[in-house]
Amino acid sequence: MSSRREILDLLGENARYTTEDLAHMTDFTESEVEEIVAEFEDAGVITGYQAVVNWDALDTDGERVRATVELNVALDRETNYGDIADRIAKFPEVTSLRLVSGDYDFDLTVEGDSMREVSHFISDKVAPIPEITQTVTHYIMESYKEQGMEFDDHDDDDRLSISP
Amino acid sequence: MTLEPADRVDAVPPSGIRRFFELAEEMDDIISLGVGEPDFSAPWAAREAAITSLERGQTSYTANKGKRELRTRISRFEDGAHGLSYDPDDEMLVTAGASEGLDLAFRALLNPGDTLAVAQPCYVSYVPGATFAGVDVVDVPTRAEDEFKLTREVLEASGAAEADALVYCYPNNPTGATMTGDELRDVAAFCREHDLAVFADEIYADLTYEHEHTSIATLPGMRERTVVFNGFSKAFAMTGFRLGYAMGPEEAITAMNRVHQYTMLSAPTTAQHAAIEALDNCLDEVSEMTAQYDRRRNYVLSRFDEMGLECFPAAGAFYAFPECPWDDADEFAEALLQEEKVAVVPGSAFGEGGDGHLRISYATGLDELKTAMNRIESFVS
Repeated sequence: MSSRREILDLLGENARYTTEDLAHMTDFTESEVEEIVAEFEDAGVITGYQAVVNWDALDTDGERVRATVELNVALDRETNYGDIADRIAKFPEVTSLRLVSGDYDFDLTVEGDSMREVSHFISDKVAPIPEITQTVTHYIMESYKEQGMEFDDHDDDDRLSISP
Repeated sequence: MTLEPADRVDAVPPSGIRRFFELAEEMDDIISLGVGEPDFSAPWAAREAAITSLERGQTSYTANKGKRELRTRISRFEDGAHGLSYDPDDEMLVTAGASEGLDLAFRALLNPGDTLAVAQPCYVSYVPGATFAGVDVVDVPTRAEDEFKLTREVLEASGAAEADALVYCYPNNPTGATMTGDELRDVAAFCREHDLAVFADEIYADLTYEHEHTSIATLPGMRERTVVFNGFSKAFAMTGFRLGYAMGPEEAITAMNRVHQYTMLSAPTTAQHAAIEALDNCLDEVSEMTAQYDRRRNYVLSRFDEMGLECFPAAGAFYAFPECPWDDADEFAEALLQEEKVAVVPGSAFGEGGDGHLRISYATGLDELKTAMNRIESFVS
């Protein structure tokens, strides 16, 4: 018997599966699939659908510069992590923001058209936030795997076309 | 003395899938639903263990029966997964694929002139293997109306009662049929009544989608007359490693090992290292692959239903076995390949009882499967 969770797994694997595909792969009818997906969207479980892009494979024109930034913050009575996160997450340049354990507090990913743009964003917008005590920026030089997908995994189908 | 083939080799025709293979190989851009192996690569941890063993120079023979570390793990795994309890020292033999195990059983446990009942349609090697061993074959064709399960009725009708042994494979290649414990009980009773040994090819045991696999060796009075064959090819997607194993009573395994030690010596060492890792750390990946096959199975069966192709709900392996809408399945398969570039294998390639059907392997990514189904739909409509 299929579970609602299976729809999430399938969309996680390929967000472009059609309602019809999902119904064919599970025990749900098409209208049940539509209903389940709508419920997940309404409940904020599914928050969006995006392509996994290997930017390195694109012509240089469209290349994006990405950096991960370690942020340290100092909290006070009036400010908690959530308050700081709200301020940082609002910037469109920030593509992901996570509170992490370890040597620093926040781990954010920033995207821009050039190193200059990304550097300016960190120094002009992020660093001046009063609670932020330190930033360490790491530019991403090459990406090998994103969102569970390995780029160029050399895993071609080399099976015989017909076998017993 | 000339180098002519021996009579018993000459007696075996080339594989029925050979012609389709040659046709398919000549064409570009085909989508093949004719592949009898997983589309997944072996789990990375298993591949990495193989690489590490090579780096460490572990390239010598192993014990004839296989590395003990592997046999103890297989023993534990089979106990947990299928309720089979075999001593790793005396009742188990690691082989170069389940195919080697079956060949050993035919040669070591049957005499020339003995009779082997072969449940069909089946994997292409059973009948030739028996012929090479000088063993006579009784065809036991299963029937579409039984969803290709083995029944007492077909065993009786085929004259299997007179045979010395029975070989079958469930979950089945090419039909995808499975058998429940209750259904196997009848087969077991028949084998006990007529004193048949059983060679149970359970290579697809972990690829079942509607009920748990039952091994005939777990049924009363069957362990002593059964050799069970399994391996890493299907569920672990490790076909090219060539690693299987046989489990049975000590006497049978000792006899099989006598042939094995003089022919194979030991199963591939690198593969044994990979298999140890596979059993230790890759069961989650097996579950994930199984879940994927099940989705594809649902997809394929739904599509066949929509396009009006009769197909029983195959519950195991990675095959569906629809009825061919044309009278001649060979002609259909050839036309489908030429016109729509979709390769399937006619059921007749797998022996008696397969005629009029098509083996559809869903060991192919969903996007390709979808395109193939669209093409089949437009071809049959």
